[in-house]
Parts: sequence; structure tokens; C-alpha cells
Amino acid sequence: MRQDDRDQVEILLVEHLVEKYGRETPINVGEDAVEIDMPVTTLVTGVKPKTLGDLEMVLDYCEEQLTHLLSCCHTGMEGNNLDFESKVFHAGMIDQVGMEIADAAQISAYGFPRADPEAPFTEIGWGVVDTSKPVILVIGHNVPPAVEIVNYLIDHQLYGQVEVAGICCTAHDITRYNAGAKIIGPISWQLRFVRSGIPDVIVVDEQCIRTNLIMEAMKIGAPFIAASEKCCHGLPDRTHDDPDAIVEDLVSGKAPGALILDPDKVGEVAVRVAMEIAPKRRKSGILPSREEVVEWAKRCRRCLECRRACPNDLPIPEALEKAAKGDLSALEALYEDCIGCVRCESACPQGIPIHSLIASAARERMASERFKIRVGRGAVQDVEIRRVGGPIVLGEIPGVVALVGCANYPRGGIEVAEIAEEFARRNYIVVATGCAAMSMAMVKDEEGQTIYEKYPGVFDAGGVLNIGSCVSNPHIAGAAIKIARIFAKRNLRANYEEIADYVLNRVGAVGVAWGAMSQKAASIASGFWRLGVPVIVGPHGLKYRRMLLGRREREEDWYVYDARTGERVYVGPAPEHLFYAAETKEEAMVMIAKLVMRPSDTTKGRAIKLTHWIDLHKRFYGCLPDDLHLYVRRKADIPITMRDEIMKFLEEKGWQERPIPDPTLLKRLIRG
Amino acid sequence: MRGESWQTAEIPGPKKAHVITDPRIVASLIKRSSRPILVVGGEADEAVVNYAIELSKAVGIPIATTPSTLKAFSDKGFKEAHPFSAVEIGERLRDPDWEGLDGSGQYDLALFIGFKYYVSWLILSGLKHFAKRGDGYLTTISLDPYYQPHASWSLPNLTRERWEENINGVLQHLRR
Ligand code: SF4
Ligand code: SF4
Repeated sequence: MRQDDRDQVEILLVEHLVEKYGRETPINVGEDAVEIDMPVTTLVTGVKPKTLGDLEMVLDYCEEQLTHLLSCCHTGMEGNNLDFESKVFHAGMIDQVGMEIADAAQISAYGFPRADPEAPFTEIGWGVVDTSKPVILVIGHNVPPAVEIVNYLIDHQLYGQVEVAGICCTAHDITRYNAGAKIIGPISWQLRFVRSGIPDVIVVDEQCIRTNLIMEAMKIGAPFIAASEKCCHGLPDRTHDDPDAIVEDLVSGKAPGALILDPDKVGEVAVRVAMEIAPKRRKSGILPSREEVVEWAKRCRRCLECRRACPNDLPIPEALEKAAKGDLSALEALYEDCIGCVRCESACPQGIPIHSLIASAARERMASERFKIRVGRGAVQDVEIRRVGGPIVLGEIPGVVALVGCANYPRGGIEVAEIAEEFARRNYIVVATGCAAMSMAMVKDEEGQTIYEKYPGVFDAGGVLNIGSCVSNPHIAGAAIKIARIFAKRNLRANYEEIADYVLNRVGAVGVAWGAMSQKAASIASGFWRLGVPVIVGPHGLKYRRMLLGRREREEDWYVYDARTGERVYVGPAPEHLFYAAETKEEAMVMIAKLVMRPSDTTKGRAIKLTHWIDLHKRFYGCLPDDLHLYVRRKADIPITMRDEIMKFLEEKGWQERPIPDPTLLKRLIRG
Repeated sequence: MRGESWQTAEIPGPKKAHVITDPRIVASLIKRSSRPILVVGGEADEAVVNYAIELSKAVGIPIATTPSTLKAFSDKGFKEAHPFSAVEIGERLRDPDWEGLDGSGQYDLALFIGFKYYVSWLILSGLKHFAKRGDGYLTTISLDPYYQPHASWSLPNLTRERWEENINGVLQHLRR
């Protein structure tokens, strides 16, 4: 089970930080700007951890729950699909607790930005690395080894002489530790960057690492250091060896890599090896030259096996046909949509290194990849919640759109940037984590600015926030929870049901995992569903083979209690779905605007939300939504500028005004 | 490449679609059906939209289309396409109690066209296992130029030209 894997990340991280910084290290995710440091943990367990040591108790709870969940996985435990779904919800909730523990621990111990809207900028993209220097590439999701690399550089006055660059969430977290570190890109940049030969040493911790990466490292002569006992790559354990001996073996090529389970030692060995080996390696990579690309292309037999193996059905044979004649433009055009999985190469009977050919054809473009991204800011401040809690619940800020998850995009990362920009421009609050937060940065406008440069990093209308790595996702859940606490004064301690009811009925937040198709993204999504936040995935997300779909036409499904009177009141399908796969980015955008509607919206708020939904619907689909009448409760909900058109539509549907309740699904919350 | 998944990773189970070797098969399945429906996906290009309209007009098959293709239908003056996304129509076709586009009940035959390969692959897989109709299951036909193993009937992997021939063949036989 996926949650179990990640729980282990949290346990190791916390153990390491407790050992290094002490049990008494205070939890501090936002200085004085944050009163509730760990809202998810407090909500689920009732505990308010004050120190790193307190986290152990919460981790014990997570472990116990995961043990129960594992026992639920045994044969014969699911007589009904709800048996399964309830466990998924529970596991997702526990996962949110685990992630919150990890991020709170690393923010507190490492001094990452603490709920900082002005978190510094760093650089992202292939072209940001100074290739005249030794380069250490860090990959994965558990940052201590990367932190110790930076510490070693600083402690030995070597800082600035060696480039530290990351891929995937370790990249986010190392730039949160030190904004001088750089981000190459999302998970899908792994092979193209390694094959370029730029990294002199590759350090992996855990998760999202290509299983054959050590072989790729050997091809470019870059030593490979594994730094997690959960991901040893078959390497000998050198944890207790003398660093001099390890450095000697790696630099001389006697050993291709080493397993080192001590982050401090990883720091020392990685830096020393990088500095010694860089002059010898001279960044020699295996991307073919232009001429070699043409020669390889001539070997293609047009058997189509590559295309049939490619998850995005990319027209590789057609591109190679052109390349064989010296025109590499079609190959270069595949670069944007290619997710770097290299299934094409495994399928090719001619042994053509197709991914390398694509990367080589796009060489100039890759080298010019240079973008600005704010480093992950972490939590949302209480004062920000105080400012926006009301407008969000009333619907006047139309919604919070969270772009999260991996880079398995159907048509390139540019679509994530387009979705983000569309909603930022419309004054939604756009928050992002993980690979999605990176992809959003990798597009510039005509003035050469990225989305993070154009929009402020505050949690407010029109803000675009890099929250951080995948384990930072609970800050997004935490923001929704804190709205209930700060704006509505609800009790948080072990009060999950009530707060989820609050979020579902009042907080117009939607998650989008456009490249979802990893266990991690599924797990993060499950945590959001349970809290009442719908999640939209891209078409590859259909491969999860389960959705949580509502049926708008079933009137009986959309009643709530009016907490004032206890009456059952029809509120329309808001939100209609909890888990939804969209085929195209246009479908996703219209669905985001629809799913942010909540029963508690005021008429003013609903009018604003309807304006955006209808506008997008008309732009992409060319007409009014045919279920619009289900979302108009009062005449005052109707956007003024569209009044005549909508009234005509409503009359045709036989629409009648209906009351707006104080909505809840929980009978015990009825006051009247 | 008959009877082989177009995307090689999409490996089906033992029960695989019959390959449509002759367009007459499709025409006769449609004629024999009492409640057919045509489902159009988000990859539909102009040729697919034209074909869907022709098919609908030839035998009065109702169309459910992904909303992003709705505009293409209305731009051609065809107003009867009903907007449902891939997952929404998939869920409704699964449910034996769905009232249908016109309120007259479920369909016994669903034809799919204009989808990304893995999207209809998965929707059809869901229908194959869960779309109960009496003692059996909903009959599905894939009309895209790729073999869809989870349909009841599917065209094989085809070039564009061969696909057009097949599609036109279906229309001709339906009009007879
Ligand atoms: S590496 Fe790129 S081109 Fe090759 S199969 Fe994967 S996505 Fe397709
Ligand atoms: S698999 Fe290899 S030989 Fe076949 S079409 Fe693709 S590149 Fe050409």
C-alpha cells in the first residue's frame, strides 16, 4: 500500500532530524503568523505537537492505522465496493497526517521558508546549471542527503564552486533550504538530463527514481550514490567505510556507486567525488550529434512499435522519416509532449535510442530552458486566512485551485501553466506543489516572465503560490481547515467529520493533478476527497480505474439539512463529482469552474462563480451549460450581464427560485 | 495487426472484441438493436463529426458527445448532440436504470468514436465488466481506427484510408 511507503519516509526523516537537532526542537512552520502549526494532525488526532519529539507519538498513531489498513488488504475483506472506498479514504487521511509531519519537521529543523509569501526566487530548467563547474544531481523525495551536500560545501568554503541541482521533490526541498540550489525540472527530465552528461555525481534518495538510473549513470561515467535503505540499487553498503576509500573507489571507477546511509557522509563523499571527477569527465554525455541522429533515423524500418509503446502515442516513426532526410524539426516537436519514459527505446527492434534523438534534436531549446520559480513557501498564514476566509466561504473569491502531482501529462507541462494562468487571471487563488509547481514555471510570456514573476505569492485573489514539494500538500488541506477554524470558529481537535462537512459545503477548493498516474498522486487525492475537496485528473488518471462521480439528474442525491431549521433542502449538484478525469485541458478548466460552487455561496458569490463557469463554457463549448438551472437558486444568483439570456434559458427549463440554506449533511449540527 | 491492442501496454484479458472484418457487421448490429446510441469523444476531428452526423441522420441514432466536441456539431447546424464527458457517459451506460437521453430508458448498443486510445479502452473495459443488461451485458462497438479489445466488436488497427473505407461502408449498408 502506497501510504505505508510514504509513512516510512516520514519516520526516517523525523528520526534523522530528532537525532541531529534534538527532540526539543520546537515545531515552527510560520513564526507568529501561524498559530495552528499542524491543522491536519490536530484535526485527525487531537494532538497539537510542539516539538520534534511530539511527532513520534503521531507517527505511532499513523503506523497503527496503517497496520490495520494492511490487514484490511487480505483476501476476503471486501464484500462491497464501499468496504474498499472507505479504506481508501482512511488511508488518504492518514497520509495527509504523515505528509504534514514530514513537512513540519523539515521546515522547523532546516529553517525552510515559514509560510512566506515572499519566499525567494530560484532558477529552474536545464539551462540554469553552470556547466563549467562540477555538478551534483540529487533526485527523489527525502532531502537530508542533499541538505548535507550543501552544508559540506558551506562548511568547507566551497559554496559556489559546485552546482547542486535537483529533479523531483528533493529539488523543491533543497531550494527551500538554500535558494542557491537549482531545479532541473520534474520527474520526466531525469533521463534527458543524465544522458546530456552534465551531472558529475548522481545522488538518489527515494521515490520517483528511474529503476535503471544506475546503468544510465554508468554510461556517462558519473558515480551513483544511493542514500536510502529503501532504495539501494544493489549497491554495497559503504556507510561505515572511510570516506577517503569511498571517494577513491568512485573517482577511479573501481566502483560505479555506493550505498551510504549517513546523510553527513553522503554530503562529504558527493562533493569530493564531484570535484575530483569533473575535470576528468568533461561532461561527456551520450546524446548523439546532429549527424548521428540522421544516421540513426535511417535505420528505422517504420514498424510502428515505438509509437504503439508510447503512452502519448507520439508520431515517432513519422518524425524519424523526416529526420532521415536531415530535417529534425518533427523530432524536436516531440520534445514538449515526451514524458521521458523510454518505453519507445525498449520496443524498438533496431535499438534506436529514440529518447536521446528527441533530446538531441531539441538540444538548443533545452539549453535555453531557464525560468524563475519561487521556492516553496510552506503553510498559509493565519492572517491570510483571516483576510480571505470570508470571501472564499461567501463565494466572492471564486475558488482555490490546487495544481499538484506528477508530470505524466497528455500534452506537455504547458497545459498546467495555461490552466494556472487562466484561473489566476480570473482572481482565483492558485496554489501548486510537486512537479506541477515546476511545470507551471517553465513557460514565459512575451515579456519573458514566468507565472511566479507575474502574480504575487500571497494566499489571496489572483495569487500564485508554490507551496512546496509533495509532502507540502497538507498545507493546502490545512488552509481549508483553518478557514473553518479562524473564520467560522469551529473546533478542530479530533473533529474531522464536522470540518469535512464544512469544507465540502462551504470551501470552494478543487485539486487538479493533470499528470496524475502515480501512487503518490492517488494517495494525495484520496486525502483531499475525504476532506470534501474534489480532484480532477488528466486523461492518464483514468488508468486508476475508479472515479467518484455524482449524477446531476438524480435530484434526491443533492439535499442537505438547513442547520437553522432542520429542513431538507435541495442545493443542486455542488460539487457534482469528487474524482473526475477530463480528456482535455478545456474540459478540465470548465470542470474546475463548476466544481468550486458550494451550497453556502451567497448570491453575490454564486453570481461570480457562475460568470466564470458560463464564460469558460461558452468559450470552449460554444453554448450555455445545459445543467445551468441546477446551479441558479435565486434570481440574484444570475450574473447581471447575462440576465436576459439566462432568464430565457431558465424559463424553458421551468425553473423556480429556491431557498439557500445553512448547509450541512450532519443531523447533529441542526440548531433549530 | 488484427486483434492486437494499438497501444501495446494496454493488455486485455481473455475475452476480446470480435474484429469487424466487414462493415456489414456494424450495419446489421445497428439494425438489430432496439436502442442504439453513438458516443463521441474528445479527439473527434471534422471527419469524425461529419460521420457521426451522417450516421445519426441515416438511422436516427442519438448522439452523446464530450462537451469539447459539442461546438463542432453545432457549427455544422446539428443541434441534437447531448453533452456528456467520457466518464459521465461511461457511468450512465453502466447503470441499468439510467433513463437515457430521452427519458425512455437504457440502450442496448453503444458505438464509440473519436476517443484517445486509452480513454475508450478504459471506458469500454468498465462497461464490459459492469454494464449489465438483463442476463448479459451492453453490446459495444468501437469505430476508431484502432483495435479496442474491451469492446464487443471493434475495427482492427487501420490506416486512415482503410478506416474511411470501412466507415463509408457502414453508412452505405445502413442506407440500403
Ligand atoms: S520516451 Fe517519450 S517518445 Fe518515448 S515512449 Fe516515452 S513519451 Fe513516448
Ligand atoms: S520501433 Fe524503431 S524501427 Fe520501428 S518505427 Fe520505431 S524507431 Fe523505427
